[in-house]
Amino acid sequence: MRQVFLDHQSSTPVLPEVFEAMRPYFTEYFGNASSLHQHGLRVRDALKRARQQMAALIGAESEEEIYFTSDGTESSNLAIKGAAYANERKGKHLVISATEHPSVMNSLEFLEKQGWTCTRVGVTPQGMIRLDELEAAITPQTVLVAVHHVNHDIGTIQPMREVGQICATKNVPLYVDCEASAGWLPIDVKEWGAAMVSFSPHRFYGPKGVGVLYRNRKARIVSVIHGGVQEGGRRAGTENIPAIVGGGVAAEIAQERLSQRVAHVAPLQKRLWEGLKLNVPYIQLNGPEPGPNRISTNLNLSTEFIEGEGQLLLCDMNGISVASGSSCVSKSLKISHVLGAIGLDHALAQGNIIMTLGEANTEADIDYVVETFAKIASKLRGMSPMWDEFEHGVIDSVIAPTGRGKSFSQHAAEVSGKSAH
Amino acid sequence: MSETYTLYNSTVMEHFMNPRNMGDLKDADGVGEVGAAACGDIMKISLKIKDGRIEDARFKTFGCGSAIASSSMATELIKGRTIDEAMSFSNQEVVDALGGLPPVKIHCSVLAEEALKAALEDYVKRNPSAAAKVATTDSVAA
Repeated sequence: MRQVFLDHQSSTPVLPEVFEAMRPYFTEYFGNASSLHQHGLRVRDALKRARQQMAALIGAESEEEIYFTSDGTESSNLAIKGAAYANERKGKHLVISATEHPSVMNSLEFLEKQGWTCTRVGVTPQGMIRLDELEAAITPQTVLVAVHHVNHDIGTIQPMREVGQICATKNVPLYVDCEASAGWLPIDVKEWGAAMVSFSPHRFYGPKGVGVLYRNRKARIVSVIHGGVQEGGRRAGTENIPAIVGGGVAAEIAQERLSQRVAHVAPLQKRLWEGLKLNVPYIQLNGPEPGPNRISTNLNLSTEFIEGEGQLLLCDMNGISVASGSSCVSKSLKISHVLGAIGLDHALAQGNIIMTLGEANTEADIDYVVETFAKIASKLRGMSPMWDEFEHGVIDSVIAPTGRGKSFSQHAAEVSGKSAH
Repeated sequence: MSETYTLYNSTVMEHFMNPRNMGDLKDADGVGEVGAAACGDIMKISLKIKDGRIEDARFKTFGCGSAIASSSMATELIKGRTIDEAMSFSNQEVVDALGGLPPVKIHCSVLAEEALKAALEDYVKRNPSAAAKVATTDSVAA
C-alpha cells in the first residue's frame, strides 16, 4: 500500500545530514556545556554555532538573542509567563489573537487565575486577526501582545507587518509564535519589530526535544524554570546538545532550501485541493484559498455529513496520515477552538480533517489521496443518517444550501435534546 | 512500516471497518434517532419486531470510529431478543463485547443504548397493545 504522510504540521523526519551532525554529540562529544574543561568547552562552541544558525533563519542581529528550550510549547510558556512576571509592576494585561496555539491560550488562562487580565482579539472568517480590534484592545497596562505568524490549524498567514506597526506605535512588545511557519516562510524579526519569536526545528526536518526563543535585548523576561544559570539565566537546565546541533543544521538547510521547498509543495497543495473539490461533493476549504494568505503546506477541510475521526481512521488504514479538529479526536470532546473562532458551523467542524504537505510528497501521492479520499467520503456517507436525511430533504447542506429542510445543527439539537457546543 | 498500530482494539477496528447491520430497514416497526450533546455524534437504529421479539436491526451513524463500532455491535447483540430483554439493554454490554473502549469514548456506547431505546419507544408508541404487555411484564418483574 502506498504510504502518504500528510501531517507535517505534527512533525517531520530528521534529514540524514542532520542526523549525522547530531551523532557524535551523543557519544564522543557528550560534555555538559556548563563544564569548564575540554568536554564542556567543545560543546559550548557547538551551541554558539547552532545559535548563529537559528539567528540567521529569522533575521536576528546576534546569536546572543537566541535561547534554547525543550520545544515550542516551552518557548511559548517562557515568552508569555516570562514577560508577564517581568513586567508585573508596569501592568497586568495581555492581548492575544483568538486563534493562538493552546500553549499560548493555556498560558494565558494560567495567568488569568493569578490576577492578570487578557483580551482575545477576534478573527475574520478566514482566520485573519482584526487589526482595528487589536489596536483598540491595547491599553497602558498591556505588557505583551501575542500573535502567531501562521495558524497551526487553518494555515492563515497573519499580516505581521501591520501587527508589528500597531505594537510599535503603542510601544508594546510583540511575541510571534512561528511554530507553523519557520522553515517554510521567510521570517524577519526586525521587519516585524518583534520582541520575541519562537519556533521548533522538528517542523522543518530537525529533531524533537529542542525549541527556540528569540528575545530582543530590550524585551524583559524572567525565567520560569529555576536552577542553574544556563541560557543567560533565562532557562535553567542542561542544554540538549545533540538536538540543538541537529536543529541548527536543519535551520541552515531550511534557509537554503526554503524557496525550493515552497516551489515543491505549493503546486501539490493546489492539485490536492482542486482534486478534492472536483471529486468529493459538499467539501469545503477552511481558511484562505491557496495563495499569498495561506501557507503552502496546509489544507484544512470540512466534508459535510460525515465526522472527522472516521475520515482520519479510514485514511490511516489506507496509508494516509492526516489530523483532525473534530470533537471526536479531542480528549476534551470539543472542536478545535480555531474552527470555533472563525465561526465554522458545528457540523462542519465535526467533519474536519487537516492535511499538511512536505518535501517527500509527490504528484502521484496527491492523486492517490484524492482518489482514496473520495471513496472514504462516500463509504462514510453511506453509513451516515445525515447524508440520508439530506438526500430526503430533511436537513440542508451548509456548504451548498438547497433551501430544503432544516439545518444540521437544529436537527442535532432536536435529537440530542441540547445544542452542541 | 511493517506493523500496523491501531487507535482502538482489533474488535473495535473490525466493526468500524466492516460494520454489521449497516443501513435502514424497509417497513421498520420502530426507529430511534439520538444525538450526543457531548460531542455532536448522531445515531439511528431501526428495528423489525415480530411476536414481541427483535427480528432484525439496522443502524446508521454520524460519528467517530467507536460510535460506528458501538452501533454495529449493539445491533448484533439485540437481534433475537424480546422487547422486555431489549428494554433492559445496557451500554456496558456493548463495551464488554467490543473488548473495551477508551474512557473518553464510553459515551459512544451510551449513545447506542439510547438509540436502541428510542427505537423501542417508537415501536411501543406505534403499537399500544405491545406497550400494555410490556407494562404488565414490568409490573410483574417489579
